[in-house]
Amino acid sequence: MTTTRATDNKDDIIKNSSEIEIKRIYTPDDLSDRSYQEDLSFPGEFPYTRGVQPTMYRSRFWTMRQYAGFASAEESNNRYKYLLKQGQTGLSIAFDLPTQIGYDSDHALSQGEVGKVGVAIDSLEDMEILLKDLPLDQISVSMTINSPAPVLLAMYIAVAKKNGIPLEKLSGTIQNDILKEYIARGTYIFPITPSMRLITDIFKYCADEVPKWNTISISGYHIREAGATAVQEIAFTLANGIAYVDAAIKAGLDVDDFGPRLSFFFNAHNDLFEEVAKFRAARRMWARIMRDRFHAKNPKSMMLRFHTQTAGCTLTAQQPENNVVRVAMQALSAVLGGTQSLHTNSRDEALALPSEQAAKIALRTQQILAYESGVTETVDPLAGSYYVESLTNEIEEKALAYIRTIDEMGGVQRAIEKNYMQQEIQDSAYTYQKEIESASRIVVGVNKFQVEEDVASDLMYVDPKVEEIQQRKLATLKGTRDQAKTSAALAAMREASRTDENLMPFIVKAVEAYATIGEICGVLREEFGEYKQAF
Amino acid sequence: MDRPIRVVIAKLGLDGHDRGAKIIARALRDAGMEVIYTGLRQTPENIVEIAIQEDADAIGLSSLSGAHNHLFPKVPERLREKGAEDILVFGGGVIPEKDIAPLKEAGIAAIFTPGTTTTSVIEFIRENVGR
Repeated sequence: MTTTRATDNKDDIIKNSSEIEIKRIYTPDDLSDRSYQEDLSFPGEFPYTRGVQPTMYRSRFWTMRQYAGFASAEESNNRYKYLLKQGQTGLSIAFDLPTQIGYDSDHALSQGEVGKVGVAIDSLEDMEILLKDLPLDQISVSMTINSPAPVLLAMYIAVAKKNGIPLEKLSGTIQNDILKEYIARGTYIFPITPSMRLITDIFKYCADEVPKWNTISISGYHIREAGATAVQEIAFTLANGIAYVDAAIKAGLDVDDFGPRLSFFFNAHNDLFEEVAKFRAARRMWARIMRDRFHAKNPKSMMLRFHTQTAGCTLTAQQPENNVVRVAMQALSAVLGGTQSLHTNSRDEALALPSEQAAKIALRTQQILAYESGVTETVDPLAGSYYVESLTNEIEEKALAYIRTIDEMGGVQRAIEKNYMQQEIQDSAYTYQKEIESASRIVVGVNKFQVEEDVASDLMYVDPKVEEIQQRKLATLKGTRDQAKTSAALAAMREASRTDENLMPFIVKAVEAYATIGEICGVLREEFGEYKQAF
Repeated sequence: MDRPIRVVIAKLGLDGHDRGAKIIARALRDAGMEVIYTGLRQTPENIVEIAIQEDADAIGLSSLSGAHNHLFPKVPERLREKGAEDILVFGGGVIPEKDIAPLKEAGIAAIFTPGTTTTSVIEFIRENVGR
């Protein structure tokens, strides 16, 4: 009899959610065919299983980078200042859905959505307010933006220029990972081919102009949130990574020109040891892919650096205070797994955007881990565990099998068209749900240990007036900007989009002429078309 | 019942979180219902048109992006305009407790929040579909 969670019968087979059998006990025999030097090596040395830097948290903690943003640029700016004051060490910007999908706040489809899941940014004017008084030359800023990533990056660059900050000093990330949007997240705009063009344009542009910028955050977080298993999470993420590297090489770049500035983003889910093993497997896989498949020569191209977010999908609306405990354990797995950067979710995750109080507790969780738990004092502390090393090997093996399948299909673009990853993810999600409903998987407070729930109070609520305010700002902007300059910039960008010229300089000019995100993406929608979802 | 219950499951607004909607769609199919899943970024007008064209008995709306107060009520409103108010409308997603009563008044018969089981949705539809 198979089951997914511990039972009273010790002869039952237990499998984790990746369908890997978990033995009652692991011994040296489980690792007898493995070589320390080849499979693990040392942190900072190929294949980086044990970490991408030799000293890891002994010399520097991961960046504490809480995702935040809501309503207007002014309100979000205040929250960033608050979080920095509370000890956050990097910023992470959440944009609202209209911004993420390239619509202005006055677009018909933006109604009801403005400022709800992140900050509303319509133009450079909003960006200037968003980043006001923030030390952009001293902290790194991550922006969760995908289809319109070139526009937001251009705005960031424009703000830096206005503040006299040399672009070589700018440190940050744009998510810019369109493939996972088609697979799991849904904020796509354009079809796959022009989207890949925009991404490779960014790789090239940043290699020359903004060398410290992470041009992409190849993401598994959302794939996992959509219901994937740990194996699927890294398999599909690294497969997407392969597709981006392929596209960049086809666009004429040398792998080591952009390789060092690729970054990744993973989920920290419930099963502590599976998660740690997953991160280690991902590092080893990527190192070998870059060196052996793509012939990278620069070690930096082989180092998988990643941000982690604790698993939002595991947090409950029931007894939300329990979520603080879940997040603490998930954060621990990310730290034991060697993450470079971490976001911890707030206890009200299933109910609303984080209240200030809930966001503070989430940040404190990281600080307690860093300063009080002692787990940072040695690198890769779980290495050598018969269990963790076995899991690392098995996860890697299963993930590589998925990558082979996708290769045989003709690559990620083909696989997306065939709905392959989407279906795999859906199947895993359905299985998980059935386990919960049959109580073979327990969620404390939901299908066991339930209470009569209080209605949650102190929830964050975005004032719908934000929409009206943004619309008025837009009207004013369009009335006061140099319209001739804006139109000329948009026309030049349109022309360039029809050739294979790098679009970034044109987008920077458009943004500096106060073209709105809706106007810029509107032109590109006309030129590139829109993606049609297959299901 | 001469034919299976037919349900349209729709993602309203710009929200791309479709894990829940897809699970509900599949669970309803497993329970013997016919399901039309609309995919993402549907407008209230689209959804009502599909429901009428498909002769649906019920519409399930999903939103996790906070746009539910603005968008959900437009569906029963549109159904009334089209003389199709006998179609049962229910919704789910990330919807604060305090928004539920006003949504019900606007014609959304039930709101299913995080922690909902698929069986409760199936039961609700079977008991409330008016045919």
